Amino acid sequence: MSSESLLLFFVLGLVLVGGAVVFSTFAAPKSWNKAKFEPYECGIPVKDGAWTQFNVGYYLFSIIYLVFDVEIVFIYPWGTVMKDIGMSAFIEIIIFFIILGLGLAYAWKKKALKWV
Amino acid sequence: MAFSIYDFSSFTQSIHQLLSGVMSPAWVLVSELVLVGLVFLMFYALLGLALVYLERRVCAFIQNRLGPNRVGPQGIFQTIADLIKLLFKEIFIIKNADKFLFNLAPFIVIIASMMAIGALPFAKGLHAMDFNIGVFYILAVTSLGVVGILLAGWSSNSKYSLLGAMRSGAQIISYELSVGLSMLAIIIFSGSMQLSVIVESQANGWWIFKGHIPAFISFVIFLIAATAETNRGPFDLAEAESELTAGFHTEYSGIRFAFFFLAEYMNMFLAAALATTLFLGGWMPLHFGVDTQFNHIMDFVPPVVWFFGKTFFVIYIIMLFKWTFPRLRIDQLLTLEWKYLLPINLFNIVLIAFLVMMGWHF
Repeated sequence: MSSESLLLFFVLGLVLVGGAVVFSTFAAPKSWNKAKFEPYECGIPVKDGAWTQFNVGYYLFSIIYLVFDVEIVFIYPWGTVMKDIGMSAFIEIIIFFIILGLGLAYAWKKKALKWV
Repeated sequence: MAFSIYDFSSFTQSIHQLLSGVMSPAWVLVSELVLVGLVFLMFYALLGLALVYLERRVCAFIQNRLGPNRVGPQGIFQTIADLIKLLFKEIFIIKNADKFLFNLAPFIVIIASMMAIGALPFAKGLHAMDFNIGVFYILAVTSLGVVGILLAGWSSNSKYSLLGAMRSGAQIISYELSVGLSMLAIIIFSGSMQLSVIVESQANGWWIFKGHIPAFISFVIFLIAATAETNRGPFDLAEAESELTAGFHTEYSGIRFAFFFLAEYMNMFLAAALATTLFLGGWMPLHFGVDTQFNHIMDFVPPVVWFFGKTFFVIYIIMLFKWTFPRLRIDQLLTLEWKYLLPINLFNIVLIAFLVMMGWHF
């Protein structure tokens, strides 16, 4: 029972959170207060919402991440057969890592790895 | 009913046969799923409570104070009391929040950790799912958790939440690379992604010993990266109390907040259990040499005890990280990952591939 349990754990999560939230909605007391429904800003009156233009500081990181994460997906199958294939697999991974390393070095030199 | 604490496969087999005797195959499957579900729900809740209690005691121990010690013997019922309190707290949504996404976020976080924990092998024959791509599966599922965190931060429509979520996103995706690459080390050694096969391959010695220094480097990188991946320890920028009040879950109250808290602890357990399974031999006992008196004594200790003993040891180390190191800055955090851990890791993988090719590991 492997693929069924995949669904089981999904349902378990739903039941755990859903059950507790539903229980809490009915069991917990309710009160209304104007300040309570404001976003928390250390007691100062709230100015504007948070959905504004925002400098995502890691925009470049996420692009490099995408490259490397896809590479890892490729390397995993290589890892399982490395033992059996031996020499040729080893040479191939060195070539692969040289290309990957050059990419990282380029990003490094272009200051993409610097938090702005 | 055959029951052995050293091999659970006969136990599960006998339950299967018992059920097959009284009902049709479809109903057997359903009742087995319900059984496993109930067991895991209990396990999940109890483990969460135990970990929160443990964290508070370890924190108190390091800060030289008492910690919870009033409710029950040594305060062990404190977290249960806290849970009951949180269940009866009002859960409200602030005025301008995106209500649907706000509600959805805790579900995603909990489901991601739940699905990953289901794939762990706890002892011989004691696992709910045993995929042939086990490691890959866990890596895939755990990275879903960040979606929940980003949703929570964005949908709150609060500045602290947004900042916390954005930091958390940068951190989690960066450190996922190191987690993936350090787990790859063990896949090269054992030649399999199936967690039970990886554990079996450590019957004559744990990979951290068998793999010489490269395996140890991988283990250290895995510990650091997994700590960062779970938003813990010196890497808890996402919920830095002194800067962002509570980070991405600032606007969550009552039981919804508890679920974010729970998910963090369960992810920590998952990280420790993975470190145990991959590097420290899973449920395999500690052995020195071949067929010595020491080995026989170690074999006497049940595998479940070994698994949880090692896991809690790793959890203790991760907790020590949190309470002994000062918090990093976000640029230091990303420098550590991209300029140190990643190049070291790539080099380490080549070293391990060389070791395996020459057959120098045991």
